[in-house]
Amino acid sequence: MVARQQALPAVRERVPTARSRNAIPWGKIIRYLAVAFVVFISLAPLYWTFATSVKSGVELNVSPPTLIPHTFSLENYVSDLSSNTFIRDLINSTIIAAITTVLALFVGILCAYAIARTKFHGKSFVLGITLSVQMIPFIAMVGPLFVFFTGPLPIYNTYAALVIPDLVVTLPITVWFMTSFFRDLPPDLEEAARVDGASRMRALWEVIVPLTAPGVFAAAILTFIAVWNDFIFGLTLTTDEHAQPVTVGVTRFAGEHTIPWGEIAAAAVIVTIPLVIVVLFLQKRIVSGLTAGAVKG
Amino acid sequence: MATQAQVQAPVQAVKASGKPSLRERLDLGNGLLPYFLVLPTIVVILAVAAYPILNSFWLSLLNNPLSPSASFTGLTNYSQLFADSTFRGTIGVTFVFTAISVALETVLGLGIALLINGTFPGRGLVRASILVPWAFPTVISADIWLLMYNDRTGVVSYILQQIHILAPGATLLQTNSGIIIAAIITDVWKTTPFMALLILAGLQVIPNELYEAASVDGSSRWQQFWTITLPMLSGPLVIALLFRTLASLGVFDLFYVLAGNQVQSIASYSYNYMFTRSTFDFASGVSASVVLFLIGLIVSLGFVMLMRVTRR
Repeated sequence: MVARQQALPAVRERVPTARSRNAIPWGKIIRYLAVAFVVFISLAPLYWTFATSVKSGVELNVSPPTLIPHTFSLENYVSDLSSNTFIRDLINSTIIAAITTVLALFVGILCAYAIARTKFHGKSFVLGITLSVQMIPFIAMVGPLFVFFTGPLPIYNTYAALVIPDLVVTLPITVWFMTSFFRDLPPDLEEAARVDGASRMRALWEVIVPLTAPGVFAAAILTFIAVWNDFIFGLTLTTDEHAQPVTVGVTRFAGEHTIPWGEIAAAAVIVTIPLVIVVLFLQKRIVSGLTAGAVKG
Repeated sequence: MATQAQVQAPVQAVKASGKPSLRERLDLGNGLLPYFLVLPTIVVILAVAAYPILNSFWLSLLNNPLSPSASFTGLTNYSQLFADSTFRGTIGVTFVFTAISVALETVLGLGIALLINGTFPGRGLVRASILVPWAFPTVISADIWLLMYNDRTGVVSYILQQIHILAPGATLLQTNSGIIIAAIITDVWKTTPFMALLILAGLQVIPNELYEAASVDGSSRWQQFWTITLPMLSGPLVIALLFRTLASLGVFDLFYVLAGNQVQSIASYSYNYMFTRSTFDFASGVSASVVLFLIGLIVSLGFVMLMRVTRR
C-alpha cells in the first residue's frame, strides 16, 4: 500500500506532459464523484443513526427531521446503559460469540489442516458437506431445534442453544478460510518442524497455526461478527435476557404504544460501533478472508 | 499430547482385529490422522444441520409435533399450505425480492468493483467504508432503515416526499409493494459491498497481459469488458450469485422488522406459524420451511448445472 502511494506522484507528473494541458480530466473527476457517492451512501445511514441517537426527546419528533442535531444529549445512551436487560444482552452476545468462535476455530483448523496438507479418501465429500450447509435456510433448522431443545435436550433459553446452531453455520467459513491459508504456506516449514521430532499435531499447533496467525485472527473476526449478527436463532431459541443476544433484545425494545427511536438508535450505535472499528482497522484481512473461498475455490 | 494418544489407539485396534487391509486402503500416506481431523466437523454438521433438516421432513408430516400424542397425517400439512392463498403469496414475494435484490446487487457490485479497481489515494479508506454496511447485523440495519422510512421523522421518506415520489406525509411502508421496495433497498445497501469486494478479488487475479494484448490488437475498453473481464469473472460471479440467491430466498430479518405481518416472506410466514400462533399451527410452519429448503435445493442444482456449462 505504501509503495503504491509513493509511486503515484510520478504517474501524475507524467500525465500533463503527455497530454499537454489537455483540458479537464473529466473521466477522472466523474470516477472520483462516483466513488464519493458510493462512500456517502454506505456511511449515511450510520450518520443518521448517530444523529438520531443524540437528539433529545422533542427534537426526535420534529417533522421534517433535522439533518444536523440541534441538541446533543446522551440521555438515550444513559437510558440504554442503565437498563439491566440491555447490559445483560450485550454480555450474552459477547459470551455466545466468544465461545462459538473458539470452538469453530478449533474444530475448523483441524479439518482445514487435513484438507490442505494431507491426502485421504473422501476429501471432496468433506468439502461438499461443508458447502451444503449454505443451502439450508436457517428457518428450516429452527423448528426441529426448538422441538429438540424444549424436549429431549432441555437447553432452550441457554447459551448452549445458540452456540450449537451458530457453530454449525460458522464452521464452513472457518474451514474454507483456513484451508486457503494452510495451502499457501510452504511445506518446508512444517517438514523442518517434524524433522526436529515434533509430531504432526504439535507441528500444526506450534508451527503452522502461529505462522498463519493473521489468517487465524481474521477467521476469528469473521466468525465473531457472524455470530454477533445472528437474529433468527436468538429470536426462536431464547425467550428472555437469561440468554437472548443483543440483536433480539434491541428488537424487543419496541414499546407497546410508541417506538423509542432515540433509544433504539443509541442501542444500534452501541451494538455496531465495535464492529465498525474492527472493520476499519482490519479491512484488508477481512476482504482477503471473505474472498479467499470464492476466488481460489 | 492427548490427541496423539487418541489417534494411535484406534489404529492399533484396527491392526489387532486382523483387518490391516482396511487401514491400508484408507491410508494415503498420512495414516488415519486425516480422518480423525475431519471427524469433528462432519459430526457437527451431520448432527446440527443434516439431522434437523431430515427431522423437519418428519415433523411436517405430523399433526402437532409439540404434543406428546402427535399423530402421522401424511401430506395434509402441505395440502393445507398450498390451499392457503397467503402462503402462495409469500412465494411470489420471496421470488420478487430475491430476483430484484440479487440482480441489483450484482450489477451495482460489478460497477463498484470496476470503479475501485486500480490504485488511487484513499483506496483503503474507500474499501473500509463500503465494508461498514456488511458488518451491520441485518436486523439492526432493518431497524435503522425503519427509522429512516418513518412517515413523519424519517429522512428517506422526507426526501422521497420532497421529490414527489411520495405524497406529503406518506411512507413506503404503507403499501405491500412499498414494503417490498423498502426491503430491497435495505438489502441492496447492506449486501452490495460484499458483492463488490468478491468481484474485486476476482478482477485482481485477471492477468494484466490479457488487457495489454487486447490493447495492442486495438480493441476498445468496452470490448475488453465483454471479451476479457466478464468471461474471466464468471467463476467467482456464479458462486457469489448462488450464495446471495440462497441467502435472499431465506430472507427473514428484513420482513420481520419492516413489514410487521402485512407482507411475509416464506421464512417469516414459517416463523409466524411456528412461534406466534397456536401450537396446532407449528407443523404448518415447519412444512413451509421444508418448501423453502426444497426451493433452495432446486436453485442450487440449477446453479451447479450453470457452472458446468460455463466451465466448458
